[in-house]
Amino acid sequence: MARRVSLFVTCIVDQLFPQIGMAMAEVLERLGFAVAFPQAQTCCGQPAFNSGYRQEARQVARHFLEVFENCESIVVPSGSCTSMVVHHYAELFADEPRTRSRAVSLAARVHEFSSFLTEVAGVEDVGARFEDVVTFHDGCHALRELGIRSAPRRLLANVRGLELRELEPREECCGFGGTFSVKFGELSGAMARGKAEAIIQTGAKTVVSLDPSCLMQIQGALSRAGLSIRTLHLAEVLASR
Amino acid sequence: MSLEFDSKIHKTLADARLQQAIYTATGRFKDARLKVVAQDVLPEYQELRAQANALKKHTIDHLDHYLEQFQSQVEAHGGKVVFCQDAAAVADFVLTLAKERGARLIVKSKSMTTEEIDLNERLEHHGLEAVETDFGEYILQLARERPYHIVAPALHKTRYDVAEIFEQRLHIANETVIEKQAAIARAALREKFLAADIGISGANFLVADSGAVVIVENEGNARLATSAPRTHIAIAGIEKLIPRAQDLATFLKLLARSATGQPLSVYTSFLSGPRREGEIDGPDEFYVVLLDNGRTRLLENPARRQSLYCIRCGACLNACPVYRKIGGHSFPWVYSGPIGAILTPQFMGAAHEPGLPFASSLCGACAEVCPVKIDIPKVLLELRADAPHNRWESLAFRVFAWLMRHPRAYELAGRVAASLVSSEGVRWIRSAPGLLNFGPIRAWLAERDLPPPPAHTFRELWRRR
Repeated sequence: MARRVSLFVTCIVDQLFPQIGMAMAEVLERLGFAVAFPQAQTCCGQPAFNSGYRQEARQVARHFLEVFENCESIVVPSGSCTSMVVHHYAELFADEPRTRSRAVSLAARVHEFSSFLTEVAGVEDVGARFEDVVTFHDGCHALRELGIRSAPRRLLANVRGLELRELEPREECCGFGGTFSVKFGELSGAMARGKAEAIIQTGAKTVVSLDPSCLMQIQGALSRAGLSIRTLHLAEVLASR
Repeated sequence: MSLEFDSKIHKTLADARLQQAIYTATGRFKDARLKVVAQDVLPEYQELRAQANALKKHTIDHLDHYLEQFQSQVEAHGGKVVFCQDAAAVADFVLTLAKERGARLIVKSKSMTTEEIDLNERLEHHGLEAVETDFGEYILQLARERPYHIVAPALHKTRYDVAEIFEQRLHIANETVIEKQAAIARAALREKFLAADIGISGANFLVADSGAVVIVENEGNARLATSAPRTHIAIAGIEKLIPRAQDLATFLKLLARSATGQPLSVYTSFLSGPRREGEIDGPDEFYVVLLDNGRTRLLENPARRQSLYCIRCGACLNACPVYRKIGGHSFPWVYSGPIGAILTPQFMGAAHEPGLPFASSLCGACAEVCPVKIDIPKVLLELRADAPHNRWESLAFRVFAWLMRHPRAYELAGRVAASLVSSEGVRWIRSAPGLLNFGPIRAWLAERDLPPPPAHTFRELWRRR
């Protein structure tokens, strides 16, 4: 019997980048998973939480718990949204021991896409082919809150035709930061330009990341610099052959 | 966010030379730190961090005990401990003492704590001369600026800037060679050291079991300032305590490495009490001023108490992509960078700069390099939760939370928004003079594109499969 996974595609993928969600589903199905999409899902609540609206974040988190509580494994195309559920739900429900323990048990079953493949499914070669020079941007929450460093690189290393060139500096923020990019738009843009310069230095034609929001931020800086470098989610690269 | 904060950020971003200076200097510290904490150089680095965190936690949780122990140890060695509530109390103490001793000239070694309480201005106001003797601080005192960085106060000044300052203030023209600039400062300061009546220093650590004040430095000016004048006053926040002298084995391994990438700083001084019988160096009088200035208020909140663990190494500034863009002087108080962003609202009140806790992408680089493992992003998030909320924003998040709990309404709202914000719509918003093209939206669209909304959402595509 096929192992079952549920997708939490995140609100940003649902509304703006559906192709990322479809690519993720395709990769998982190719690996033999039975993929489900709980229709009542919306958002993880991070925008409210990061802006200091804990009550509102808690309401959204409670909804997330109800939607996904009975799912075995939940796969997410975002390090940031994964980290919200994995790290911050317990904190949000610190004063509600029962909800908190539900959140903690759910957190153990929520996985960022690349680490689900390497750590849970035990797959490093998904059989993809992608003829291009690419560079990889580490989203900060995937990197520092989830400790994901090698998983996406191991997956990329097994993509035929793909050459990976690392960024220098490698682990610097793109400047998105959710509402930070709204409240401090100019500063956030200046940070993105620094990232764009590092990308140009690599000579890569494609930037790959685990987080759609970083990619949106980076795409803005690249197109403003008049460059035709494209941004793709890891799932899109792994789905191609 | 205040207009002042916004305009300082804008000005710094627009200054290409300053951008380069900040990026280069912080980059140098950043790289140097990485080399000396590398796995093959210092394999026990993560263990040391965990120890330092545990030691600080223990000390801050039992501060009353260690303060008493420290005081009795200092007194046993012939020194005096003075507890001061705030800036005015410190100034009063120093002024009274200076008056009793007939002192006029004070030499100072680098101390962020005295910057925090504007001590120089307060002393000068009463006719005392207080001279900064750290090279960077000396330059800034001449330029009448406050420190740009916790560890490297004149980080933003190039040697050409220094030449200009020397010309204006010291009437020495056209000296752009760094070594010669240092020689000029050394000559001027040597006279001050010899003539000074009082030396004021900060403290890196206060050791409870031995009553020692520990000072680390690279220039030797702190040694002179604390030993040449007849009176030495060390001024430190109460959080500088550590339980035992042996704990320095942990902290000294971390401090210089995190700050400048040195295994140890050039000088590490252990000062305990005035000169004793038979000793040739040292002051006749030794005072330790322990400053509260809002610190005990921080103790009330167990989750935020960790803000007091800071050993002022400045590593979080060098690692911070925001500090590296907006520099030190954009920050509203003497403490800049990530640590400044959590200390300022807690010491000065949220109203001092309401935007400060929000000026972070929450990337976590600060927490990653902090030698005492302060979870700065977590504290920032707590401060955001406590911040007074704007009425329209509150309404927006209430609507957001409602929509996210009602999937059908969420889906409908998404489609309505998509048809409004089609690529045509974005072009229209950009060219529209009025309602929609205001501050945040304009700024956001200036730097990034909202992708043209897809013909179908993911859930629509999924249903069609």
